[in-house]
Amino acid sequence: GRARANHSEPWGRDGRGGEEEEEEGWHQLYPGHIPTSLLQKALLAAGSAVMALYDPYRHDMVAVLGETTGCLALPNLRDKMKNHPEGYHILQERPRIRLSTLDMARLQGLPDGSLGREYVRFLEDNKVSPDTRMPPKFVDDEELAYVIQRYREVHDLMHTLLGMPTNMLGEVVVKWFEAVQTGLPMCVLGAAFGPVRLSTRKLQVLATELVPWAIRSGLNASCVLNVYYEQRWEQPVESLREELGIFPPP
Amino acid sequence: RGLAAGPEMHFGFQTVTEEERREKINQVFESVAKKYDVMNDSMTLGIHRVWKDILMHKMNPSPGTLLLDVAGGTGDIAFRFINYVRSKQEHQLQRKLKHHQNLSWQEIFESYQKDKFNSLGDSQVVVCDINREMLKVGKQKAQHLGYSEGLSWVLGNAEELPFDNDKFDVYTIAFGIRNVTRIDLALQEAYRVLKPGGRFLCLEFSHVSNPLLSRLYDLYSFQVIPVLGEVIAGDWKSYQYLVESIRQFPPQEELKAMIEDAGFFKVDYENLNFGIVAIHSGFKL
Repeated sequence: GRARANHSEPWGRDGRGGEEEEEEGWHQLYPGHIPTSLLQKALLAAGSAVMALYDPYRHDMVAVLGETTGCLALPNLRDKMKNHPEGYHILQERPRIRLSTLDMARLQGLPDGSLGREYVRFLEDNKVSPDTRMPPKFVDDEELAYVIQRYREVHDLMHTLLGMPTNMLGEVVVKWFEAVQTGLPMCVLGAAFGPVRLSTRKLQVLATELVPWAIRSGLNASCVLNVYYEQRWEQPVESLREELGIFPPP
Repeated sequence: RGLAAGPEMHFGFQTVTEEERREKINQVFESVAKKYDVMNDSMTLGIHRVWKDILMHKMNPSPGTLLLDVAGGTGDIAFRFINYVRSKQEHQLQRKLKHHQNLSWQEIFESYQKDKFNSLGDSQVVVCDINREMLKVGKQKAQHLGYSEGLSWVLGNAEELPFDNDKFDVYTIAFGIRNVTRIDLALQEAYRVLKPGGRFLCLEFSHVSNPLLSRLYDLYSFQVIPVLGEVIAGDWKSYQYLVESIRQFPPQEELKAMIEDAGFFKVDYENLNFGIVAIHSGFKL
């Protein structure tokens, strides 16, 4: 469903009537949802872009940028998922990747090279957790809110599949891949502006080897959101790469 | 009026119980404390500094004044007060010295020494706030800026102040009374702790009557401010509350009547920026 924009009129001192009007306008579609007007979204997009560049540790700003600019890419992604049997399944069941839902012990016990084992290794090596992903706030459609949530939660798996660490260089490479795959403006901007903070040596490697590979893989691969990762922990990473169409990392 | 009857009240545009309101406001200020000053500058484009300066000029405190600044959290009013009386004290000292043309260097030096230990002229300000985080930020700022003399910090509730009757010369509450759940109680407490002859000063957002300006102000408030909150402080909701609470607050005349009800005399108000902000003043006789 679509939410009405949060356009609040100042109401009179006499209470009742104005109050009802306000409660209607505040149409929360999912927990954490903040309905916003077009103007607010535009201001948020601009503000979050500037802030994300100014302070790269503001991951929440990257998230906000993604939500406010994703109005074309998100429905696109959702449709891709709907039209694919596995993607459709995901939209129905809405799985979440969280520490509370993952059986870490089991995943650790899986053979080396399997998706589950390598994912856990990635989390440990880079000292990250799947629970740090921002829940969506400014997406005005609750199915699309799930799509962007899924995209965020699957990001670490992208790192695993691409074999990229969580340093600036690795993140930029993954962003290029995601930009091609999803078309999300936030990924495009991240891919374009991320390299600004890299040394020239790293930029060289990026430009000559990593980015071309990421783009080729991104174009060649089927939609990464159409994979029910939670049912494929035992599958070897290489096999999954081949199945998706991701070329081996350089 | 302006507050719902019975146990229900407003928190911005939501309806809540008194308990819930206190808790929600507590959470708002815990959340905004660290970025409070940055946000004030961003939202008002620095103009809030001018408003506070005007308040201080209106107060025109002389050295020896005992000020209670309620909801004074991060210390903006307190620091201005200290600066003001310090500079007044210096002027007084300079004037005194000018008149003593026949003093020897020794005598001038001694006179300087005496007054140096009294740079504030016995003026004091007590900053009282209900929120620990805000006080924490205020204390840190004071340390950072070098304010220590004549300044104390007290955790307290405007509706039930931890002070004796008839203690203070001036009572200020700047951008705080809007967040008080029972404004009438706060006003009564203000009356109680002021000395006879003491002055009540309130600086607060108020109502813009000019229709064109009012619409522009609303547009800015509702469209821009929560966005600023999200981008700068990562906190949309607190700033949404802020702009809503401004709309819920009694307008100039109503607040004037409430202040009179608490027993103050010679109550009047001065609009700043067409009523975006107003300074209300009253005296305990």
